[in-house]
Amino acid sequence: MELFANPAPILTALAFWVLSGVLVGSALAVVLARAPVHSVLFLILCFFNAAGLFLLLGAEFLAMILVVVYVGAVAVLFLFVVMMLDMELVALREGFLRHLPLGALLALVLLAELILTAIGWHAAQDLRFVSATVATAVPFAEVGAEVSNIKMLGAVLYDDYFLLFQASGLVLLVAMIGAIVLTHRTRPGVRRQEIAEQVLRPAEARIHANNPPIGGGVDWDV
Amino acid sequence: MAPDLGPYLAIAVFLVVAGMISLLMVMASFVLAPRAPDPEKNSAYECGFAAFSDARSKFDVRFYLVAILFIIFDLEVAFLFPWAVALGGLGVFGLVSMLVFLGVLTVGFIYEWKSGALEWE
Amino acid sequence: MEIFLSVWLVPGLILLGKILAFVVPLILSVAYLTYAERRVIAAMQMRRGPNTVGPFGLLQPFADAFKLLFKEPILPTQANSVIFLLAPMITFTLAFVAWAVIPIDAGLALADINVGILYLFAISSLGVYGIIMAGWASNSQYAFLGALRSAAQMVSYEISMGFVIVTVLLTVGSLNLTAIVEAQKTIWFAIPHLPLFVIFFVSILAETNRAPFDLPEGESELVGGYFVEYGSIPFALFFLGEYANMILMSAMTVLLFLGGWLPPLEILPFTLVPGFIWFFAKIALILFCFLWVRASFPRYRYDQLMRLGWRIFLPFTLIWLTLTAIVLFAFDLLPDPNLPPGL
Repeated sequence: MELFANPAPILTALAFWVLSGVLVGSALAVVLARAPVHSVLFLILCFFNAAGLFLLLGAEFLAMILVVVYVGAVAVLFLFVVMMLDMELVALREGFLRHLPLGALLALVLLAELILTAIGWHAAQDLRFVSATVATAVPFAEVGAEVSNIKMLGAVLYDDYFLLFQASGLVLLVAMIGAIVLTHRTRPGVRRQEIAEQVLRPAEARIHANNPPIGGGVDWDV
Repeated sequence: MAPDLGPYLAIAVFLVVAGMISLLMVMASFVLAPRAPDPEKNSAYECGFAAFSDARSKFDVRFYLVAILFIIFDLEVAFLFPWAVALGGLGVFGLVSMLVFLGVLTVGFIYEWKSGALEWE
Repeated sequence: MEIFLSVWLVPGLILLGKILAFVVPLILSVAYLTYAERRVIAAMQMRRGPNTVGPFGLLQPFADAFKLLFKEPILPTQANSVIFLLAPMITFTLAFVAWAVIPIDAGLALADINVGILYLFAISSLGVYGIIMAGWASNSQYAFLGALRSAAQMVSYEISMGFVIVTVLLTVGSLNLTAIVEAQKTIWFAIPHLPLFVIFFVSILAETNRAPFDLPEGESELVGGYFVEYGSIPFALFFLGEYANMILMSAMTVLLFLGGWLPPLEILPFTLVPGFIWFFAKIALILFCFLWVRASFPRYRYDQLMRLGWRIFLPFTLIWLTLTAIVLFAFDLLPDPNLPPGL
């Protein structure tokens, strides 16, 4: 393992180009694939490559969470929806042209945001890791060398970003309640098993001993 | 900070090796085994009759609900990981912060329970 | 040329050798797990089990493998052939690739990454894909229903598994698997977290679709579930993947709760045995419990299964997590996160 302990820079560069190449390619395939199921499968491939890029940056926690949450949960739901619903492909195609202007507008907004972020990133090269609890700011690079980034994240997420953290909790709450309100219907007349009731019922109510006389247990006249 | 990517390289190679093994096995079976296709043999399994319709049909909305609730709780777990690791250095505010977060989601959970969304009938 | 040899070829071959040193024994253990399953359950039911092929039937797994290899692979006409063949390959690959991070002894892991337990959690959450893809691609009612049930079931039990893992992390303070085992030097987590250990074991039964939670396969109602349409090697890949997953989940239980490679007591007769032997012995113990459960319990009903996952395990693990955090905090027992002084 020692020989491979720190892969040559050329390997890292190669990994970057392969991962980002496949990422862009599969993102295109998501849009262009004819069958919705293939789109979702390409989307999953996208997620994996993005996770790989995170790993190259050293963001192990983000990479794993991307796989756990997006691939392991969100994409499962997508796959559920597209696999199990009867998709009218022709109708989908018709909608494409009608929604094109709106889609183009959204794409432009996203592009503008990306460019702004890129410019901002250059300006913030000497970004500092600021913690409200301590007066001194620690340069990013110095912290990252010693501590795994999951600990760094944990150190600031829950108190310095308290409000944002709680807001995300509320978002989850709204999502949970919304999903139930939209999909849950109580169907009348369904028999359910009440396990607590079954267990708690006293023995007398469960066992009923009959002691019929000879010839008296059955009503023969019917 | 140059991250140590050595272990991940090993994982990547492992992935390739495992994938190759499975691919070779599938290919071997297509090469080695006799093939005698037959329309009856290759049709979908049913108890003796032809399938009524395409199998990919609509199904109970409950499965979607389970999937959505799973996403929400999975995110909750994702938030818990860094907290569990860093709690030792966080102080009482970090603990209370997470308790509030869990409390909010417990409200949602109680709602789920009361509305009967968790019951499968 | 010489540089190429020393920098690329030699380390590459060493790495490949190490990987094969994981993969080959794993395939063999999967083969003998199927044999052990048939023998153990046979013994529990006063039968003999496979005993004809080779001494004590020991060559039976190979006979099965070669039989499957020479069977005709079937591609149903209605199926989507690429996804149909991809599904078993995914199941197989995932079950094996997770082993890259498992430390079988102190410092003896292929890739001892910082986020080991999260990696295992991620890989096990991907297990649904093989099943959903198989169920959908087969285009058969039984496969479809089996896949649907299986996906909902695996997803439901994954949440309580997540909470259990987080609780263990609270007591350890690291996501590294070696650190998790080292933290159990004083006491195995199965003792302070006994209820969680039980819940985790039941959850991995559900996660691997094993009896009594084998509804997705339910032979008597779904004739095999998501792999009805499979035969030959694609079927064998599913089978191998499923059993490799059982071994993997047992290894996870051993790492989280039974002290990994640590001997039961740090005294003389126990410390003589090398660590990896302890590790394998503990895995074998958990696997025996898998078989024991299968021989003893009737199958769950689907509503009972969902009830157990969502209404019992989920609240219980959540409460246990909260209590653990509060108790550890109150008595100042939390592990030191070793944050640098600036934070």
